[in-house]
Order: sequence, then C-alpha cells, then structure tokens
Amino acid sequence: MSTVSSFSRAPETERYRAHEQRAVHSFVDQSGNPDFVAIRRSRDFARVNRRLTRFVFPATGLFLLWYMTYVLLAAYANDFMSHRVFGNVNVGLLLGLSQFVSTVVIMVLYSRFARNKIDPEIAALRERAGASNS
Amino acid sequence: MTLAQSTAGNPVLNVVIFVTIVAVTLFIVYRVSSRNATTADYYAAGGAFTGVQNGVALSGDYLSAASFLGIAGAIAVQGYDGFVYSIGFLVAWLIPLLLLAERIRNTGRFTMGDVVAFRMRQRPVRAAAANSTLVISAFYMLAQMAGAGGLVALLLDVHTTGGQALVIIVVGAIMIFYVLVGGMKGTTWVQIIKAALLLSCVLLMSVFILGKFGFSLSALLEQAVNNNALGEAVLDPGSRYGKSGTSKLDFVSLSLALVLGTAALPHVLMRFYTVPNAYQARRSVISATWAMVAFYLSTLVIGYGASAIVGSSAIKAAPGGENSAAPLLAFSIGGTVLLAIVAAVAFTTILAVVAGLTLTASASFAHDVYANVLRHGRPAPGSELRVARLTALVIGCLAILGGILAIGQNVASMVALAFAIAASANLPTILYTLFWRRFNTTGTLFSMYGGLSICLVLIIFGPVFSGTPTSIIKGVDFHFFPLGNPGIIAIPLSFLLGFIGTMIGKADQVDPVRSDEMEVRAVTGIGAS
Repeated sequence: MSTVSSFSRAPETERYRAHEQRAVHSFVDQSGNPDFVAIRRSRDFARVNRRLTRFVFPATGLFLLWYMTYVLLAAYANDFMSHRVFGNVNVGLLLGLSQFVSTVVIMVLYSRFARNKIDPEIAALRERAGASNS
Repeated sequence: MTLAQSTAGNPVLNVVIFVTIVAVTLFIVYRVSSRNATTADYYAAGGAFTGVQNGVALSGDYLSAASFLGIAGAIAVQGYDGFVYSIGFLVAWLIPLLLLAERIRNTGRFTMGDVVAFRMRQRPVRAAAANSTLVISAFYMLAQMAGAGGLVALLLDVHTTGGQALVIIVVGAIMIFYVLVGGMKGTTWVQIIKAALLLSCVLLMSVFILGKFGFSLSALLEQAVNNNALGEAVLDPGSRYGKSGTSKLDFVSLSLALVLGTAALPHVLMRFYTVPNAYQARRSVISATWAMVAFYLSTLVIGYGASAIVGSSAIKAAPGGENSAAPLLAFSIGGTVLLAIVAAVAFTTILAVVAGLTLTASASFAHDVYANVLRHGRPAPGSELRVARLTALVIGCLAILGGILAIGQNVASMVALAFAIAASANLPTILYTLFWRRFNTTGTLFSMYGGLSICLVLIIFGPVFSGTPTSIIKGVDFHFFPLGNPGIIAIPLSFLLGFIGTMIGKADQVDPVRSDEMEVRAVTGIGAS
C-alpha cells in the first residue's frame, strides 16, 4: 500500500534517481515491496530495535517496581504512611502524589528519547524500504 | 427525605441541559458522518484524527462514570483508599506509552485480533480475541449502565423502576444512534466533547474548592477530617482495605489489575487505529496522560472537598450513596445550575463510554468472527460493514436490557473486574506476541482462554457474586475464593499458561517471513496501512 502512495507522490524520475543512489542498501525487493527479511537482518534495524528495548523495558520495570512498592506500603505499612509531614499532609499522600510526578517524568523522558534517538533512524529505514514519511 | 429532594436540584433544568448536550453531539455526529462507506471509516475513522484529538478522545473513553462518580465518592467517604484507584488508573498509562501504542498501530488495522493473529493461525486466535473482547466489554458496559440507573434516581428524581427503565431505554437508543450513524468518527467526536466538558467541569470545581480553603491542601484536609465519620483515619490508608489480611491482599490484587488491565482494554487498543501513524499514536497517549493527570488530581480535591463541604454522613444517606458525592458537592458550591451541568456531564460520560464499547464489540465480532473466522478473510463486499452495524444494534439492545436488570444492583466493582479480565486474558498474549519470537498459536490459546476462564471462575465463586451482604446474588452462598478481585492469581497464571502452551505446542506452520515482517513492522511501521 505504502509503495503505491509514495509512487503517486513523487515524480517517477526523482524516485528512480533516489533509488539508484541507494541501490546497495535498498530494502525494496524485486517486486517493489519492502524486504522484511533483509530489514530485520540489517545492522541498522538491529541497532534501533536494541536502543528502543533498552529504554522501554528498564523504564517499565522501574515504574512497576515503584508502583508496587507504593501499593505494598499502602496495604501493609500503615503507621509509616500515616505519619504527618506537615499540617494534615502525611507520607501516604506525598508518596501518592509522587506517583503522578514519576509518571510524568517517565513520559516526558520517553517522548524526548523517541523523538531524538528513535524517530530519525526509523525515518531512514522507512525511506530505504520505500515507505512514505509523511 | 428533604435531603433526597434537595439533591435532585431542579429535574427540569437537569433534563434541559442534558438534552442540549445530546442535541449538540447528535448534530455533530450527523455532520461528520457524511462518508461512512467503508470498514476503515466505520472502525477507525479512516485513521484521520490527529494525536491530540485522539488523546482527548482516549481520555474520554477511559474516564468512565466509575472514574468520575465512583472515585470522588470513594475518597469522600473512605478517604485515602479511594485515592489509590486514581493512582492505579493513571500510572497504568505508561504501559501503552512504552510498550504498546506504537507497535499496535503499526501491526494492526482495526481490532486487537489483527495484532494477536498476525503471525498465528488466523481462525482460532481471532475467535479467542473476539471472545475476550466481548466478555470484557460486557462487564464494562453493565457497570456503566447500572451507574446510569442510579444516576437517574439521584438527578432526575425518577424513583420507580419503570421510570428508570424508560430513561435507560432512551439513553441506550441515543447511544445506538451515535454508533450506527457516526461510526468511529462520530463516536470519537462524542468522546472529545465529553472529555472537554468533564475536564473543564472537574478542574473548575477543584480550583473553586481549593480557593475556598485559601489554596491550602492542609486546610481542606482538616475540614474533611472534621466532617467525616471516620475522623483522622480518612487521611490514612486502610479504612476500606485494611481490616484483615484478606482485604489487604484484595487491595494489592486490585491495584495490580488496574495497572496491567488498562493497556489490554479492547476499546483503548482500538483507539490507536484512528490516527495515521505510530508517532500520532504516541502523541495520543501523551495527550491523554496529561488530561488524566489533571483529572485524577482533581478527584483528590473533589473527593476530600465533598467530605469537607457536604460531609460523609450526608453523602451516605443520599440516594445513590457514595456515587452522589460529586453531584452533592456541585449542588452545595454552585446550586442547581452546577448540579445540572455535573449531572448532564455524568450522563454524557456514560453515553459516550457505552458507545465506544459497543463500537469495539461490534468491530470485533464483524471483523474477527464474521469476516475472518466464518468467511475465511474473504467476506462479500459490503457485508462486513452490514454485519458490524447489525451487531452494534444487537449489543446496544443487550446493553439496555442489562442496564434495566442491573438497576439497584451493586456493580461498582465490575469495572475493576473488567480490568482484571483484560489483564489476564489479553495482556500476556499481546506482550508475548510483540516481544517473544517463539510464542505460537498454542501459547496464544492457552493464555487467552486460560486467563479468561480462570478469571471468570474466580469472579463467579468470589464475594462479588455471592456470600456477602453486597453480593449480586443474594440469599445463597457458593463462594470459596476470598478475594473480590482475582488479578493477583489470574494474571501470573495467564503469563505462565502462555509460556507452557508455547513450549508444548508445535511451531506454527506459517511462513517464517511473517515473523520477520511483524518484528520490522512493529518497530518501524513499514508495510502498515
């Protein structure tokens, strides 16, 4: 599908020239479709895939651990959570609010990481496979 | 009784504001639905929404009446333990953000079945995906419709069962119209309008309440303590779940279901297809999360505000009990007009969430069961869309019927059960299929059917169904499972079953290229439509 759309978007000569320049590294097979086997075996795909998983798995593990710590404290450490920090605000409330903070922090970090480190690499892979980057 | 009467505010005003909102949404649904000719339009709005629009709609789909009325009420009456719902519902969004949204957008087209069946044997896996989608949607929908019944009693001053049933029929009919005429595009716009109304409503109320206490959280909490039957304990964890070892474990189980269930709710997953690409899917989750940060922080203020201003005993005595905390608070701070607005927003919320569920369930049946299982992926032109609309009509009618039967039932925990079912039936399979190359059809079927049936059995033989004063079936006691929420047992078992199934099942006879294609597509979106 995507090859059709890029075909209709770019003039044929321009597309041909672009194809010529990258002929060695092109991920398009003979019938003009993306060559998934070649892409998966390529070093560029392996790198972006590794980079991505090295961010998302530790981040997921970290937030789940942090959340479950909070839940277990709320369930089993009543005295600790009920300790007043200032006024009527206790440890439980502050830890609860800190879950909001950690969620936002992880979200913003991932958003930046994906935009700066992942999106450009994926765009390059997509171009070589003849997929549009609109 | 005077309280009950005063809480109803002015039923005529309530109806007028609700009808106005409905009229506006109906008009918009009618206007945007000019072309709904293909399955891509009907299921996914042609993938034409922007990330921000879809994010607002996503929060609209997610912030159900249970979130709005239920959490505010739980915090108002039981204090801190209610707040934990807010945290679980919010934190859960990191799973779709980090692991799922982009990959699901890249690998599927319309339904969860597209993703889990991508490199598996199509027919059995799609049938399994449709089964779990239908069960989860049914649980979720029943809770919403039962909430509608309670809301009718409180806000429209309709106390007879017949009257409430009539209102549910009318609400259900409007919902069916949204889905049939508007498809995904119309339903998405309903969600956007509803989310905007709900968010502005809770934010304004929170700012007003905080202002009343000189923008001091401590002063607000002080007053909440003074007006709550629990006293100081309202600020500490344990008032609801701290009574015994079982209830503490139930609390952990519930928290686990909330954080793992969100990412596997079929109507949430389906929202990732209404945007053009993975980048917009990521932006959807980010926008939705920002909206929900604001919303769930507000529930804290509104909940404790209701305790401080209305008082916990007045809330418990009102018709609808805990669920009436937010409407009662609106009445005390803004009179009949604010009450009418909050009431209308709550109704619109139920309407929109049920519409989203109906669309998801009908898509799952038409796309997975009809087109792929019954017609082997080659349905007659136009027939899939016809089946989808027909299914939506049937499901809509069943939802109305269920809502009428559920009047007066305690189904508050049903939403949490839907999360537990989603987390055990869907999440292991989705994660395995995206991240574990060896995962196969046997593993998929083991995990989906295993997770689903373990969860259902533990629910049916748990305290939600029988054996306690608040159980759905009264008078008999056949419960042997002590926990209200089966998540802590069912979710790990489902992961284990997926692993065992993969190990004992033989490798699939599918084209090995298909696994390469899925891996590349999930990350890059190459080949995705």
